[in-house]
Formats: sequence, C-alpha cells, structure tokens
Amino acid sequence: MTDVIKNKVSVIVGGEAGAGITRSGFLFAKACLRGGLHVFGANDYQSLIRGGHNFYIVRVDAENIYSQRDTIDLLVALNRETILLHKKELVPGGGIVYDGEDIAVDAETLGRDDLKLYSVPLRRLVKELDGELIMRNTVALGAAVALLDYDLEILNDVIEDTFKPKVAASNVKAAKMGYDYARDRYATDFEYKLEKTRAAGKRNIFVTGGEAVGLGAIRAGCKFYVAYPMTPATPLLHFMAPLDRERDLIVIQPESEIAAINMAAGASFAGARAMTATSGGGFCLMSEGLGMTGMTETPVVIMLAQRPGPSTGLPTYSGQADLRFVIHASQGEFPRVVIAPGDVEDCFYRTIEAFNLAEKFQIPVILVTDKYLVESHGESAPFDQNRIGIDRGLLSTGEQYTAKEEYKRHKFTEDGISPRAIPGMRGAIVRTNADEHDERGYTTEDPELATRMTDKRFKKLDALISELANYETTKIYGPEKGEATIIAWGSTKGPIREAMKLLGEEGLKVNYLQIVFLTPFPTAKVKKVLKSARKTIVVENNKTSQLSSLIREHLLMPVDHQILKYDGRPFDPGELSKRIKAVL
Amino acid sequence: MVTLADLKTPKTNTWCPRCGNFGILMAFKKALVQLDLRRDQVVVVSGIGCHGKMVNYVNTNGFHGIHGRVLPLAQGIKLANPSLTIVGFAGDADQYDEGWGHVTHAIRRNIDMTLIVHNNMVLGLTTGQATSTSQKNFKTKSTPFGVIPPMLNPVAHALVSNGTFVARGFAGDMLHLTELIVEAIKHRGFAFLDVFQPCVTFNYLNTYDWCKERVYKLEEEGHDSADRRRALEKSLEWDDRIPIGVFYREKRPTYRDKLPHVKGKALTELPIDDVDISSILETMM
Repeated sequence: MTDVIKNKVSVIVGGEAGAGITRSGFLFAKACLRGGLHVFGANDYQSLIRGGHNFYIVRVDAENIYSQRDTIDLLVALNRETILLHKKELVPGGGIVYDGEDIAVDAETLGRDDLKLYSVPLRRLVKELDGELIMRNTVALGAAVALLDYDLEILNDVIEDTFKPKVAASNVKAAKMGYDYARDRYATDFEYKLEKTRAAGKRNIFVTGGEAVGLGAIRAGCKFYVAYPMTPATPLLHFMAPLDRERDLIVIQPESEIAAINMAAGASFAGARAMTATSGGGFCLMSEGLGMTGMTETPVVIMLAQRPGPSTGLPTYSGQADLRFVIHASQGEFPRVVIAPGDVEDCFYRTIEAFNLAEKFQIPVILVTDKYLVESHGESAPFDQNRIGIDRGLLSTGEQYTAKEEYKRHKFTEDGISPRAIPGMRGAIVRTNADEHDERGYTTEDPELATRMTDKRFKKLDALISELANYETTKIYGPEKGEATIIAWGSTKGPIREAMKLLGEEGLKVNYLQIVFLTPFPTAKVKKVLKSARKTIVVENNKTSQLSSLIREHLLMPVDHQILKYDGRPFDPGELSKRIKAVL
Repeated sequence: MVTLADLKTPKTNTWCPRCGNFGILMAFKKALVQLDLRRDQVVVVSGIGCHGKMVNYVNTNGFHGIHGRVLPLAQGIKLANPSLTIVGFAGDADQYDEGWGHVTHAIRRNIDMTLIVHNNMVLGLTTGQATSTSQKNFKTKSTPFGVIPPMLNPVAHALVSNGTFVARGFAGDMLHLTELIVEAIKHRGFAFLDVFQPCVTFNYLNTYDWCKERVYKLEEEGHDSADRRRALEKSLEWDDRIPIGVFYREKRPTYRDKLPHVKGKALTELPIDDVDISSILETMM
C-alpha cells in the first residue's frame, strides 16, 4: 500500500455505442456530487448508433473544477478497444476495470507494466443475475466504487432516482455484485480513494449546457420551441419535448430548419416567446429566415451549437469556427445580438437575457454554443430564478388596442423601437413585411422611406448598446495584473480556468477575459483590458482565430499570440497550460 | 360588420390589367364579408411573387414573408393563437417550387388554416420563366425549347398527403371561387385550395379562354366529396376537361386538438412572469 490520493480522480467509462456509456458515467458523477465532491463530466461519441467507440469522462475533486484533465486514473473498459485507445492517458499506477473472461490484457498488449488490472467477470455476473447484457456497465460501476472505497449507498440512491423501480432494483443488485466482487479480490489495492465530505447531500445541480439553456428558456417564458434534429443541438429538443405538457408550451419538430425559423417567427409575431436551435448546417438553412426576423423586427432566439465544418465536418465533435458566420449570416444589414455562454451558469442566465433582449429590441438573438458546452455536464449551485426578471419591452398583449392613433407596427420613434401589438387585438391591424415597408407594414420602394426605415432599425442598435452597458458583456478571471491576458469566448472557459490553476501552481500568473457578447462587440470593455495587458493570447477552437480578427476590427489592435485547436476535441488544461507557457 | 370598403387599403394596385389575381382578391374580400370576420382577427400571410402583394391590398393583419415559406410562417402564427383566422397566399413557383418541401407536412399536420395558391403556371414577377406546374413543352425565357418534365399535380398530391379539404378554383369564376374560399375558411383543419389564375402577360397558353373551355364544376356532376378514391381519380383529369370545386373533405382532429394542455388557448394567455423551475432543478441534484 502506497500513498493514498484522496478525492481527486479522473475516470473514463468506455465501450461501444449503445452500451449505456454516458448513462453510467453520469450515474457515477452524480453519486460523487451527492457525496459533497465536485464533478465535471464530458462525453465523446461517434456518428453511429451501435459499435464504434464511446466514452464518458468523469473528473472528481474536493475543489471546484471546470473541465476534464489530460490524464485519467481509472479506466472502466467495456470493450477491448477502450483499453487500446486510452492506455496512454492512464497515469502510472492507474487502474483498468475490465472483463478478463472477455478480453485478454497484459503488459505486452498495454505496452507498459505500471498499470493495475482489475478483472471483473462482468458478463458472468450479469448472467447470474439473469439480467440484460447492457447491465455490465452497472456491474463495472459497482466495482469502480469498491476500488475507490466510495459509498455504494449513494450510488444506489442515484440509481433509484434515475430509473423506474423495477429497472432500479436490478441495477442496484448489479452494482452490488460488482462492488462485492472487486472488494473481495482487490480490497484496498487502488491508490485513489473517494470519501464523502461534510457537504454531502442534494445541494448542487449537475446539468449539461443544453439543459441549462432549456431551463433558461422555460424560466424566460418560452412557449414555442421548434427544432429539427441536428447534433449537437438535439439535446435541447430532447430536453424540451417531454416538458411540453407540464410546462404549457408547444414543442414541435418540423420538416426542416427553414420551417423551424419561419414557424418561430410566426409564433413570435403572434406574441409567444419563441426559440429554435440547430447546428451549422441547419443555421445555413435558417439564414434567409434570420434576415426576415431582422427586417420584420420579429423577436426570436436561436441557439447555434457548433461542430467542426466545413459542411458535415465532424458531426459529433466540437468547434468554434462559426463565429464570423453567425455575426454576418443573411443578406443586408440589421441589428442582432450574438451571445456566447461559456459554462452551464452562463447558459442559464444568458438565455433569459437573450429572450429579454430579443423582445425589448425586436431583433433576433443568437446564443452560440458548441458540442462540448451543450453536452458536457457541469456543476452549479441551483440556478437563481430571481436574478434576471422578465422584460417584454413594448409588447402589449391585451384584448383591446386603446391608443387613439391608428396602430402602426413599424412606427418611427425616437429610439427606433415601435410599440408591439399582436394580431387578434381588437382595434389594431398588425402588418409586417419582409420587403422594405412603411410604418404600417405596406411594401415600399421609396428611397427616402427605405433610408428612414434602415435608420430606424439601426437606432435600435444604439439603444441596445446603451442597455448592454448594464450587462456583464465580458468577464474577468484571475489576478488583476498578470504576465499575460488570455482572451476567449464560449466553451474554452473551463479548460482555460483549469490551465490557469496549473500555471498558478508553477507561480505563473495570467488572467482571462471572457467575451460573452460578441455582437454588439463590447469594444470599450475589451479595450480597457487590452491596454493594460502585458501580453495578449487568444485561445480558440478554430483555424483562423476569428476572435483575433474581431478584436482587430473593433479595436484596431493586434493580439500577441493565438493558441488554436481544431481537431474537434476541447483543449485539455495541461496541454493548454503548456502552450500558454511557451508564449509567456 | 366588415364591408368591402373596410378591406380596401391605400396602396395602388400594381398587377397587370385583367390579371387573375384580381379575381382572387375580390373573391377573398367577399368571403370575409360573407363570413363577417373582424379585420383584426384575420391574418393574411403571403410569400414572394405577384400574389405576395395580397398583404398590401387587403386591410387585415398581415405578414408578407419570404419566398416559399408561407406555410411554416402561417402555421407558427396559428399554433401560437388558435383564435386567429389564418389565410396563406402563395404562388405556384412560391409554393410548388421553392416551398414544395412544406406542402405535404402542412397538410399532414392538419393545422386549422387555409392555403390559397395562385396557380398561373408561370413565374410572373421575374418576367416569365417556367414553374413546376408549367405544361410540358411550354416555352419561356428559361425554357426556350420547351419544358421537359411533366407538370406537377398539386391536387393529387394534396389528396395523397391526407388532406382534409382539397379544392381547386378558377379566378375567372368569382362567385364560385368566393364560395370555395368561404368553405375553405370554415373548414376546421387544413384547407388546400389551388386556384387557376391566368397570367395575361407571360402565359400565352393557359389563358382565361383556355381555362373556360375546360373547367367544369364537380358539384354539378354529382361528385361525392367524401369519397377520397374517387377524388383522386378526378384529380388526374386534365387536357380536355378539368374539374374545379371541392374534391374531398373530411373531419379530422387538428394538430392543436392533440395538444390538450394548450387546447383553445393562445400562448399569450399563459403567464410567463414567474415560471417556477425549481421542481426541475431538484431532479438535477
């Protein structure tokens, strides 16, 4: 027995698609969360239904954590491929839980002899239970809990909360079989241990970015969610659909993304808070409709979950190469908002802001996320429902239009924002038009009116920029003065915050500017940080460093370094800290 | 009581003299008067093409959308507020070319609205090109040697898509068309109405006379509009005799009927100021 490493472990559960990999990783993570530990979970899968290689990483720590790590300590392998693919990521002394009766593994196949092999006859134990083969993952999970000397009761609670009683009961049995087997044979052999803390209990939530966006939408009063399935935006559809009845909303899957954006526009024109979501390919199809919402001043919230392109690209992986696209998509010029949440909390609060801004300024608002953010599980204190109120701007939904003056949907006003009535209101005729139009919504080709209407729409941008002065359009992390300032947007937030910890351990101080609102660009705030920065480093998951070009465009300032990655995988913090260190 | 005068707008009409659209415009206005619908409870949705200007010429609520997308836009409005009367106007290129992908799905959903397609078998506003309902060998600027594929049959398609109200009208017979529009709007479900609408400038083939020589009324020949199989047979008639009138109608629950939680309610009636999500948050702990 060597030194024990307590409450600090990274576990990968891996196997073929359809083997319940994500589910078992999630159960384990949640069991740790309920033990008062901090957790992060991320999945990795391929574009197929069965076979292939899927894995789910769970990182557990006694301290707050924001992403996965570069290495793993325990590998729960439901097939041979998992071992071959991840053997190099295991730390010396790391363990592998596998079915030795199914898979032959030795130092030779591993190419190293510093790993601990914990064979558990998963298939045989499931058979003894008379259970389905898929329950191998739960047996393995039980074994992992035993190796980590963790609390099986907590896992049982999580299983019981997750499954229907009958399924839960057999899974609890399966977990116990794995637990007992591993405990009998391997006792205290593994150096990594987990122990529940004083913070144990149901305190924090464990949600994906997609779920957090969905919660934000529901809290914001979204009553119409329309989306065509496309990875990685689909989880939001899966989250919203089962909630429609209890939450009094309409969730509809139309024939295409073109239909989705137009339906959302229709529902919003009729006064409902409406949202759609898609990935890059679907957003291409939505582009014309996006412009229509800009022209007709119809509020709509769109979540774009990025994956690497061009075209179909890497459909189940992550990237950040659509920033320029969402900022400029659709012909012509019209104001819009582009918000990039960076973690699950951002996802929740920013979504509520998105709905408010869309209605207040009668514009499209795009939440730009990516696969890594939408599908990874992060921990948070339960979201504060009262932090952001509902602001519907100049919308009136009463039954009767009461003003003396004739209602004009696109009335010229000082700040460009016209009072918004909805069709069906007695006494108001609500007319809008994707053609250039007059105040009443009638088509016009008059040059003077065309200029005034464009100016009207852009006056809203001025009003919007003033409003955003009160929003957290950027965020700063780390010490005020650092050797360098990292500038980034979106899901790189987690790995960056972890990399900062690693650099800190080496005595290197850097700070980090998260740009949350990309459009309108928070020029003044970014300039202030950049002017005082000793060195600037942009970190992005794309090839051409689109954020650097945005900074140049708005600030006329170059950045000093760019750290880019575009292989579809998120940055690992160790890798990132090394690359940061190399340019310090 | 809504009157024809109420429905007039200040916009100058820019359709060609004798354009078939005038027949549809007048029939629609007359239908609204006959149904005594309030202007503020009707929404006209139109796409792009000569027909798209309907929004400028009828003084009701309106949304002049983009090319081919009348159906999803109109369905979104209706789903959000079932008390509105939604009438979508589309052109043949608009609906049967650019927007064809929405047709079957809108019909299948049976959302309670009406679609009126101004079918002049040619692209007018873009100065005369073929559409999918242009007849074979029809010569246009884009098909100088004649249209190659056979024409699309929208009525037959609507029938095989399980349409609950499928009809065809003729802009040259306004009284009949008015009746059809009244029936379409009254139909509880998705009403599909294809209307022959001669383009006097760019369609030298399918003229008023061409239509008049061929059209006959289904109801005058004892057609049973409850017989879907027979309706399909009728929809295949072309060349010498072309049927107009109601091919088929049936009662079927609408899409919204299957959403009991929001049944009959406009989404704006649901309070959103303080939606409590704490019960969902609890499941995530």
